[in-house]
Amino acid sequence: MAAQMTDGHRRFLQVLMSHGIMEGSVARTLHKDCCEIHKVYYAHDKLDDFISVVNLHLQPLFMQIRKGMSEDDGRTYYALVNLAETEITKMASDYTENELELFRKTMDLIILSESGFASSTNILNLADQLKTKKMKKKEAEQVLQNLVQDKWLSERDGEYTLHTRCIMEMEQYILNNYQDLARKCNICRSLAIQSQICETCGIGMHLPCAGKYFKAQTEPHCPHCNEFWPHEIPEINRPDSQLSSSASTERRGPSASGTRRR
Amino acid sequence: MAPKRCSKWPDPSQEEGLAQEEEEEDFALTQRSSQVQRNLQRLSGAQVDQKVSELVQFLLVKDQKKIPIKRADILKNIIKDYKDVYPEIINRAGRTLQQVFGLRLVEIDTKHHVYILVSDLVRLEGENLKQDHLTARLGLLTVILSFIYMRGNSAKESDVWDMLKRLGVEPRKPHKLFGDVKKLVTVEFVQQKYLEYNRLPSTDPAEFELQWGPRAAKETSRMQILQFVAKIQSKDPKTWSTQYSEAAAEVLSCSSSPPGDVGGDSQGPRRRKPSVSSSSPHGAL
Repeated sequence: MAAQMTDGHRRFLQVLMSHGIMEGSVARTLHKDCCEIHKVYYAHDKLDDFISVVNLHLQPLFMQIRKGMSEDDGRTYYALVNLAETEITKMASDYTENELELFRKTMDLIILSESGFASSTNILNLADQLKTKKMKKKEAEQVLQNLVQDKWLSERDGEYTLHTRCIMEMEQYILNNYQDLARKCNICRSLAIQSQICETCGIGMHLPCAGKYFKAQTEPHCPHCNEFWPHEIPEINRPDSQLSSSASTERRGPSASGTRRR
Repeated sequence: MAPKRCSKWPDPSQEEGLAQEEEEEDFALTQRSSQVQRNLQRLSGAQVDQKVSELVQFLLVKDQKKIPIKRADILKNIIKDYKDVYPEIINRAGRTLQQVFGLRLVEIDTKHHVYILVSDLVRLEGENLKQDHLTARLGLLTVILSFIYMRGNSAKESDVWDMLKRLGVEPRKPHKLFGDVKKLVTVEFVQQKYLEYNRLPSTDPAEFELQWGPRAAKETSRMQILQFVAKIQSKDPKTWSTQYSEAAAEVLSCSSSPPGDVGGDSQGPRRRKPSVSSSSPHGAL
């Protein structure tokens, strides 16, 4: 089976690359448009196959279109990621050495925190302790803004966490470098930056995964140690709008109402 | 994690001093293909593949930010010890970019060896328009390019500011979308090769003029800009006979670049493929 790149695939790739990351339904619309414009065979539920063709050609370049889940709403996202684990290649040419150091230290704060968030105050306090070159608070604020704009971080109420795109791109890197300090979701087994944690045995779950797992249970119990699950279970609003990307073995979560942990 | 240094704004004083280095480099890099083939023998396929991949990624990352890529940077950051097979690596990288991404590696400055990536695919109006700060900038740029073109391919900087002032954009006032507009127009757009900013001789105090840069010429065309202007003013493009004949001549001479008239209007320079938002205020033109 010759999996040829067509202009439809190339257009999809160009647009995805310009966005960096794209939500599932947007990707599906793009798939449809690209096939229509270039008169390529189109089946509405074959987006993953379409992407596999692109990935076949991206493989020798150590790149891939990866499918992931947002920790906030459980929706599916697609992003073009770098498979090389040794450095933050994509970031490296956009940021100076001390900016990268600030980002790494911010990532430390985020991953080591319980909530998966680091406050802006704590991050800015790091600015004048940088080893490469000290940074003023004003400068650091601008760097944080750039990181948010470039989708490495996302911000909520003055607190920062890793953007879905960043998690998708750096999951392997984080797991390798932080090892046991980085939590994995007990349900889907992927890296969890924001999570609900069992106070007895310490296992953690993504909020959308918890929402799905504990759905409609009046007395939720930890799947590992069976103790009462002490957190508010996020509500599932509606079944995820993707009808049929069932061919994939990727994890996907339902839309959760993003209830914040206590 | 090994961070890499980057210099965000190229240092202009380095440009002139490079001349001799470049000459020596040229000699080393433009060997006959038979010599390159012999040089390839000593390397494993995997080694060369690795370099090609690294170069492709490097080019993509730089181009996403619309930074033109200098050969000197390619050699320093990617090629390193593989200079003697540079022609092979760059050719394969170019082919990969076309086959996988539909992007063409174009040398816009053959003297200093500067490259950009241009899409092979026809751009469509309103395609997956991502409304963000970059798209807004392209709107501003389109307005400026149009003004320059309608003024006969060159416009005095002061005239451009007068025109933009009527749109609420001023060089000395921070703009909520564009920030420091003077820097955006006279520095950033120039570095990205969308505009050229030249001093007018014998002017004191110094006056400057703005013209299209090589990237603007590659990403859009005079015909597209003229159609944009015509659309705003609800007139036939042929109303401006001088501009129309110039634009037509350009279309006829560019047989390889995508005409941009397949599948609807495509106007103005673009980011990865959204077309320029036509929400730019029209009155001034």
